[in-house]
Amino acid sequence: MVSPPPSRPFPTRDAEPVALPVTPRPRVSIEGAVIADRIYRVAILGFALCVPILLLLIFVEVGVAGWPALRQFGVHFLTSSTWDPVNGEFGAAPAILGTLLTSLIALVIATPLALGGAVFLSEFSPVWLRRPVSFLIDLLAAVPSVVYGLWGVFYLIPALRSTVIPFLRDTLHLGATPFFSGPAYGPSVLAAGLILAIMVLPYIAAVSREVLMAVPRSQREAALALGATRWETITGAVVPYARTGILGGVILGLGRALGETMAVTMLIGNRHELSASLLAPGYTMASLIANEFSEATSDLHLSALMAVGFVLFVLTLLVNAIARWLVWRVGGAEARA
Amino acid sequence: MSTAIAPRGFAPRPRVRGLARRRGTSIVMVTLTCIAAALAVVPLIVILAYLLKQGAGSLDLHFFTRMPKPPGETGGGMANAIVGTLILIGIASVVGLPVGVGAGLYLAEQRGSRLANAVRFLADVLNGLPSIVMGIFAWQFLVRPFGHFSALAGGAALGAMMIPLVTRTTEEMVRTVPQSLREAALALGYPRWRTSLQIVLRTAAGGIVTGVLVAVARIAGETAPLLFTAIGNNFWSTNVTQPISALPLQIFSYATGPYDDWHAQAWAGALVLIAMVLVISVLARFVTRARHGGGHD
Repeated sequence: MVSPPPSRPFPTRDAEPVALPVTPRPRVSIEGAVIADRIYRVAILGFALCVPILLLLIFVEVGVAGWPALRQFGVHFLTSSTWDPVNGEFGAAPAILGTLLTSLIALVIATPLALGGAVFLSEFSPVWLRRPVSFLIDLLAAVPSVVYGLWGVFYLIPALRSTVIPFLRDTLHLGATPFFSGPAYGPSVLAAGLILAIMVLPYIAAVSREVLMAVPRSQREAALALGATRWETITGAVVPYARTGILGGVILGLGRALGETMAVTMLIGNRHELSASLLAPGYTMASLIANEFSEATSDLHLSALMAVGFVLFVLTLLVNAIARWLVWRVGGAEARA
Repeated sequence: MSTAIAPRGFAPRPRVRGLARRRGTSIVMVTLTCIAAALAVVPLIVILAYLLKQGAGSLDLHFFTRMPKPPGETGGGMANAIVGTLILIGIASVVGLPVGVGAGLYLAEQRGSRLANAVRFLADVLNGLPSIVMGIFAWQFLVRPFGHFSALAGGAALGAMMIPLVTRTTEEMVRTVPQSLREAALALGYPRWRTSLQIVLRTAAGGIVTGVLVAVARIAGETAPLLFTAIGNNFWSTNVTQPISALPLQIFSYATGPYDDWHAQAWAGALVLIAMVLVISVLARFVTRARHGGGHD
């Protein structure tokens, strides 16, 4: 027989009816254990409830702080492009559009790279190469935002000015289009979009790789057996199977891009005007808050910034919820684990 | 032509010319995915190389032992910011670890229940919360009522950002503990709470440590939650109720400042910060690999 742990009472209920000489001790410990178990359960339930409570608290606190501005300006807060702290007029349209534009640039650049890389790593890569390359791409997510910003200011912007913009304008003749016209000082929507592309790439790549690796082998074998080439196997059998999950990964990347703050603040130029040119400075919601919050001149200004934060919060909440739902749906129980 | 499945010998013959093109396309596209993977690695290498080049020159012992100099004077270091970052990580861990581990235990033990599914979903959503929103929330909740900036508020904001990461890793790791181990403990008469804390949690400890390290690596470089909470401090301070400096904050203010010497300091700071973060990340990677045979990405 297995003996109970030394120096501990034997607290199972089965022990009770046995006519042992010393019964009170185990009885006490049973009750003690029941109470302790109950305390333990309540405690971990309490910790678990911290998560929804925290989200609710953020929603309420930021929402309440932003309410005066939202009430005063109503829909105009989202549609007006006047941001005038001196006269107390606040419209966040340039920041909202700037957020969407930079995120769009980021996704357009990052998605093909991340997806292509993920396909290579899951389908074609030699096994010995898979782990180190995945690791290097994952490491991109570990680089702090402020370091991206620093690198962007001193490397990316000069590189854009000296090489990329002349190439776009003189070699590709895109200067005539409104997107690349106008003076290029340095900080710009394009620079912010590029840095965001690098920053969201690891998220899209990681999720895509995982869902691609989860596609059953039989799916590939069936396509190959029908005479498909390796590439046709990918486009015809593997990617369609993983489509929902990949979309989830891209939307997850979008969520990251929308809320990214420091690097964008350092690169976008922080100007309350929306220009068609990607080479002009702009604003995003996150960089607007980061830039003006500590210098808010009035209560209304502060409230307007809080309202911007609230809009950003709700937007990323929706985007993340959709992304998670997609990733979970495709991965089923496995991805949830 | 179109009946590729017809059993009349092998059907692809009529499409031989197409086949060459299809094979060509395949080779081109496979090569393109290879290039995409290579391009995805390039930014990291370029950033790290440039960081090393810029940072190594301005990094010396003084950087770790001296205080920031007033604007215009050269030299000085970030001793206060390094200590500040460590203090903030400490506060964040005190706030974030118990909640994260507790919530993770709950999710693992109540798997399948509706509340657990909801909490898991919300933890993932919280994980995607923009750090600047956490910053203004912490200001509204922990700075405004008290009337002054503090290390506590900054640490708490970082701790809140740790919670979802720690929760999800704890849950994953606790789930890998075999059910038989739990049953053996219960059969020996261990109460449930003891089984959970002393047997299950201890068995999963290695994996949880990894998750905690990943979370610490992430918050160590966070700037936005600190902008309006810890706010930064040019002087030596270990008082948690007062503003405190942090490496990311110092890098930000130096990088956006006008002096070349500040920029050099910012590079040195970035190098130290990224070395910290990368060492923690790699460490976490190896802890996991040793325990799970490298199967866990």
